[in-house]
Amino acid sequence: MNGKIKPLNTMKLVIESRSVNESFARNTVAAFAGQLDPTVGEISDIKTAVSEAVTNCIVHAYPDKVGLIYITAKTDESGTFTVCVKDCGTGIKDIKLAMTPLYTTQQGERAGLGFAVMESFMDRVKVHSVYGNGTKITMSKYISGK
Amino acid sequence: MSATIRYFENSILVNIDGELDHHSASLIRAGIDEAVIRCRPQKLTLDFSGVGFMDSSGVGLVMGRYKLMKAVSGEVEITGLSPLALKMMRLAGIERIVSIKENVSV
Repeated sequence: MNGKIKPLNTMKLVIESRSVNESFARNTVAAFAGQLDPTVGEISDIKTAVSEAVTNCIVHAYPDKVGLIYITAKTDESGTFTVCVKDCGTGIKDIKLAMTPLYTTQQGERAGLGFAVMESFMDRVKVHSVYGNGTKITMSKYISGK
Repeated sequence: MSATIRYFENSILVNIDGELDHHSASLIRAGIDEAVIRCRPQKLTLDFSGVGFMDSSGVGLVMGRYKLMKAVSGEVEITGLSPLALKMMRLAGIERIVSIKENVSV
């Protein structure tokens, strides 16, 4: 490959970790991804993956308080869409265990599918977490377009 | 987000409408549970045909209602799933605990 793939466009969004913001976050990111002219299916995949990542921040990163969630996204010349969801919350003790389908630390109604859905609906998912300091999820998907 | 609850002789049918996520699932859960506890139906049908968007909270909603229905010796049926919602339900292996129907039957 010759040189670095240039970004076409970028965006940043900072929201409070309130559950009412879940739909705002996924719909905003999906509207931005729309610039790559994705199919309805591709948009649904992105919306779902973002919803999972943001919900993880609300439920796990900031369980007892309202914190900030930092979302950045970019489109690039190769037609790849990348979104990054970052928090400064609790962090993940054991990433491998957290990513196991159906595993959850929550007693309530969580299915334990967040990471499984992100991995299944996006092409690439990278998790970086420092226990006690926060988590950063970077997900990308090649948009074939209409 | 809304959940319309309809009562039949031995069953309850819930039509879920709107975008189903962690936030909206928490808004409809209590109403469904209250109906189940009060009527103790043999079958609870959750109709997802009005759901435009769903993340894994939809799976959590089904799992939670399965546990409740099991406690009252009843079963759960789900219907009206979009291809994406079906993919997510299958990721969780939900078909092992509830029946997935193409059309509503009460």
